[in-house]
Amino acid sequence: MPVEVNAGLAGLSDTLILATVLLYVFAMIGYALELGFGRVTARAAAEPARELVTVGGGAPVAAETGGGDGARPVPAWASKAGLVAVVLSWLGWAANLGSILTRGLAVDRWPWGNMYEFVVAICFAAMTVFLFMQLRYTVRFLGAFVSLTATLGLGFAVRYLHIQAGPVVPALNSYWIAIHVSAAIIASGLFIMSGVSGVLYLIRGEGPSRLPSRADLEAVAHRAIVISFPIWTFAVIAGALWADKAWGRYWGWDPKEVWAFITWIAYAAYLHARATAGWRGKKAMIVQLVAFGCLLFNLVGVNMFLGGLHSYAGLPG
Amino acid sequence: MTRTHDPRATAEPAPEAASEAGSEAASEAGSEAGSGPGGGRDRPAGLGPVGWLRWFWRTLTSMRTALILLFLFALASVPGSIYPQRGVDPGAVAQYFKDNPGYAEWLDRFWLFDVFQAPWFAAIYLLLFVSLIGCVVPRLGVYARELRRRPPAAPRNLARLPQHAAFTAEGGATVEDLAAALRRRRFRVATGPGWVSAEKGYLRESGNLIFHIALLGMLVAVGLGSLYGYRGNVLIVEGNGFANTVAAYDRYMPGTRVSAESLAPFSFQVEDFQANYVLAGQQRGQVLDFLARLKVTDRPGAKPYEYTLKVNEPLEVDGTQTYLIGHGYAPSFTVLDGQGQVAYQGPVPCLAENINTFASECTIKVPDAKPEQLGLSVRFLPTTVPLQDGTLVSAFPAALQPTAQVRAFAGDLGLSSGIPQSVYLFDTEKLKKMKPLVMKADPLEVGQSIDLPGGAGKVTFTGVKEWISLQIAYDPGRVPALIAAVLAIAGLLLSLTIRRRRIWVRVQEPDKDGSTVVQVGGLTRTEGGAAGFAEEFADIVKALGATSAGVKDAR
Ligand code: HEM
Repeated sequence: MPVEVNAGLAGLSDTLILATVLLYVFAMIGYALELGFGRVTARAAAEPARELVTVGGGAPVAAETGGGDGARPVPAWASKAGLVAVVLSWLGWAANLGSILTRGLAVDRWPWGNMYEFVVAICFAAMTVFLFMQLRYTVRFLGAFVSLTATLGLGFAVRYLHIQAGPVVPALNSYWIAIHVSAAIIASGLFIMSGVSGVLYLIRGEGPSRLPSRADLEAVAHRAIVISFPIWTFAVIAGALWADKAWGRYWGWDPKEVWAFITWIAYAAYLHARATAGWRGKKAMIVQLVAFGCLLFNLVGVNMFLGGLHSYAGLPG
Repeated sequence: MTRTHDPRATAEPAPEAASEAGSEAASEAGSEAGSGPGGGRDRPAGLGPVGWLRWFWRTLTSMRTALILLFLFALASVPGSIYPQRGVDPGAVAQYFKDNPGYAEWLDRFWLFDVFQAPWFAAIYLLLFVSLIGCVVPRLGVYARELRRRPPAAPRNLARLPQHAAFTAEGGATVEDLAAALRRRRFRVATGPGWVSAEKGYLRESGNLIFHIALLGMLVAVGLGSLYGYRGNVLIVEGNGFANTVAAYDRYMPGTRVSAESLAPFSFQVEDFQANYVLAGQQRGQVLDFLARLKVTDRPGAKPYEYTLKVNEPLEVDGTQTYLIGHGYAPSFTVLDGQGQVAYQGPVPCLAENINTFASECTIKVPDAKPEQLGLSVRFLPTTVPLQDGTLVSAFPAALQPTAQVRAFAGDLGLSSGIPQSVYLFDTEKLKKMKPLVMKADPLEVGQSIDLPGGAGKVTFTGVKEWISLQIAYDPGRVPALIAAVLAIAGLLLSLTIRRRRIWVRVQEPDKDGSTVVQVGGLTRTEGGAAGFAEEFADIVKALGATSAGVKDAR
């Protein structure tokens, strides 16, 4: 068991995380400029619904172009700002990755043994999901909100959760941390994508707006959840396997377990809601956000308020 | 998304959903299940008990009820994370009762300290699982029929489908070639005069069914564990042994169907325990590693072997797991009584009052001391350092500079009162009722002793041992639960990643010049799958074109 902490690397990790925050902030500004001065999205609801409306309404054209607003040309610098933002967020992403790696190397273990490391890793996961998703799909409109979330998360971690790099308690010193916690981090990163989309969905309402269309937001949210739900399920099961090794039972209703379960049930409820008449659309989105709230509470709230066996979390002071 | 958006609503009036005797959720695909109205749609007005029963069953097994029960299930678990639970931490519950007796009593009335054993909690999950059975069983039937059924005939107007295309094959195209091309892409294919109908993605529904059945399996596995499993805790001082019998446990919690004879007859000796700590820095004193060396005998008469027990590495003997869950100090003492006889000798387990420094407290009862019984209250410090004001504290959890500060009392220990007493937690209130002999004394180092006043005897601090606490558990549901979990994940992956889709092809009569127009239509029956399906559809149309000679003007 290594006790040595490489102070140089640990310091580098702390510096890199500050660089990450700065880069994400600038990226966020870039995305916001593109969004603010870019095109107004006219597509209020899903296309077929609009078809129905236009047949009866007799004023189809106005809805199509979003009124006089859409006629204004998009300034070229706006989309350039978006591109710069993408580059900045890739740089921030690299610094984020560097910070995680150097911290791991400094202590010679998986770098998610306490709250600080865990939150940093989740912000990284969310950014990773976004950056790779925007390579394939048109989701750049989410950039401002994802980088805002990552910035807030990292800021919170640096300000309130930071503790010196060091070894972990024996219960965490297991290969299961690689399996269970990594899965939870990846799933959480994806859930952040869907959560951000869900919040925007509710904010934007039905009408024309600078924000992306509801159908697009719903598609992003659904896609992210469909991928992350099995990963989250796996994370919970891997956690049970680990608990079976470490504590002598695979499930003991420890507060962290209770909330992982609640989160899981809530996302399952979302999947059901999408298959239930009268629950699609807005209601399903609200269910999704409730589930996301449970996820966040489990990540942060349980460690701070409820304790339990998982309270290794290593909060400072 | 509105219901009118559902392509199936136009392409196919979901015949199964309408005709199926079961609930709407019993229909083949979940999303179709939802497109009907809610569960209470045909509430029988004055239909008699059978009608009501039917209505109740339909409502229970509807998607909407499942959704509500899922919410309730989640909601019902919340108090289990807020209030301390007896099954998790009985000490915390006792403390809660001490702190707010009146409030605690009310909470207890509603089972809020045993949420996961509460009848109302059981009611929710049992309803949910009954609903699940009511949902899965009819769907199994539908699914089995569907597996045997041919894909449905092509609709008349393929251009009305969400995906459609047409091309002209100058050299003509045959239904057989087109069908073969679809078969090569692993579609299930049916043909008729001038049309091909193909379907793929049946594994999606299999996945969904496997997932939901696996959830039932999980429930059964958990039940199995609570009926036929047991768990217990025991505290053992270095050098002592344990044999797996009910009497050997300090706390023993059997399942309702466990008999004392069914305990696996293994035993072990705790040879040695070691804990390593961080020596410096912000995390100084944090434990790095525990290990206990055991000598294990699997069954009486078997050859003993060495096993190193660590956190995350339990000992397993015949399916029974032994876990290292805690540790502490057990300083050893020899007590001579007023008549010079050895009235007590050996280690006494102390409870740490501060897990960072392991400053610990313990009590020693010496009922055999003469002329009066003796009670000792000991404060043990593993690494003793004086503060500026002279008080002594422990600065580190390892036993670097161990001392024991003894307070002694004489009188009646009250052991014969009939009230059961914990071996490790002697009520210090009792000591206060006795006559104090020594209240303030210099701490003893190992080997030192203290004479009790009035010739009442002598206490010697003879050494330091450590104790470990173990949890021993047997749960026959572990492996079934794991299998169910793996199946659940596999089913979930199938169900969430596979798209159910249908392709229809119509080949028109050849023109005078022998060229034919081929129309292709496609439909995905999976919600949210439309985006990816467009690509696949384009691909399929291309492949179909390639089977026909001289394609031009693919539209
Ligand atoms: C312990 C309770 C339950 C849990 C955790 C659960 C979980 C899930 C999950 C995660 C899915 C999405 C993955 C998939 O399509 O397989 C799903 C789908 C589905 N569940 Fe459940 N379920 C539960 C109970 C029920 C019950 C009681 C019913 C019937 C009333 C039901 C009917 C369905 C249906 C029809 C689908 C398919 C939805 C679709 O195709 O989009 N489930 N369930």
